[in-house]
Amino acid sequence: MAHRASAARRLGSARAGLAEWKLQRLTAVALVPLGLWFVFAMLGLSGEPYETVRAFFRSPFNATMTILTVIAAFQHARLGVRVIIEDYVHTPALRLVGLVATDLLAFAFATSSIVAVLFAALGS
Amino acid sequence: MVEFRLPRESEPEAGRRWPAPEGARRPRTFRIYRYDPEAGGRPRIDTYVVDLDDCGPMVLDALIKIKNEIDPSLTFRRSCREGVCGSCSMNIGGENTLACTRAIRDVPGEEVTIYPLPHMRVIKDLVVDLNTFFEQYESIEPWLKTHTPPPDRERLQSPEERARLDGLWECILCACCSTACPSYWWNGDRYLGPAILLQAYRWIADSRDEATGERLDQLEDPYKLYRCHTIFNCTQTCPKGLNPAKAIAEIKKAIAEREL
Repeated sequence: MAHRASAARRLGSARAGLAEWKLQRLTAVALVPLGLWFVFAMLGLSGEPYETVRAFFRSPFNATMTILTVIAAFQHARLGVRVIIEDYVHTPALRLVGLVATDLLAFAFATSSIVAVLFAALGS
Repeated sequence: MVEFRLPRESEPEAGRRWPAPEGARRPRTFRIYRYDPEAGGRPRIDTYVVDLDDCGPMVLDALIKIKNEIDPSLTFRRSCREGVCGSCSMNIGGENTLACTRAIRDVPGEEVTIYPLPHMRVIKDLVVDLNTFFEQYESIEPWLKTHTPPPDRERLQSPEERARLDGLWECILCACCSTACPSYWWNGDRYLGPAILLQAYRWIADSRDEATGERLDQLEDPYKLYRCHTIFNCTQTCPKGLNPAKAIAEIKKAIAEREL
């Protein structure tokens, strides 16, 4: 039987965590201006006809800001959901599936959002 | 999943109600968590009445009086009775604190409720299993580590360097903060918890210690350190008035500064 103290040490340190910690704060800061801009932009577009919305996204500034918002929001959401799963889901298989699904879904949703903006901006 | 409710067999039931002492002028009721693994069954809440005119001012005074005069089976840890040994930590009036430094009159509510430290395995009554807690303490290697040859006399510190240890050395490892922390409740086997991280920072902050880099390496881990979500229950509950949340933030800052 292993000494009790070795249970507390387990596999040792993962030597990781700083990157996620920094990215969470960086995306939070970025989302303050991006989120405000996005909400006001979308409110301005509500009820407008399709062509007006297409014209909005054809502006390089608007398309860039929307894509930045998408990247920051999905990255921030991915890290947040990961923390919730790490905190509360303790069944190893369920935890692994949850973490993998979070990463894949966040990546898929972000990519499809970016493709949508590009289609609106560049498509015929 | 995390268990937000106690299993049914751990839910306390109403226990024995001891009669009030005759002629008590200032009676106050104490509701105390009881669990005896040898007797089996569910934990229970026993009710005692103590005459405050015939009792010392602190909650520990009342506990000792109950054990001496009413119910010798009541089990709790205590030693120094002056807030330096950290033995009598328990949940009093809904707050983790030391029974020896919490005055009875400062406990809010009509009745004084006394439970063991939350979310820990109960050994008996108010005594909980702190083995993992102290194993985690051992894992941070809480002793001075140096690489340079020892000087002929003590390793000196300037008064400023010594002052950096204030707010850290006073920790008595009573575990009030760690057992008040939701992150420690959910992941106490992997997250080191506020008490152990404050102790880890005590050695990082020590100007004489030469193992800061290795210490930071050992702490940089999604579970050991970064489970802290700055909830601040630790700082709010610390019976010594220390700030473990700030110590944890200082560790995170030190790790971040290594990359700048």
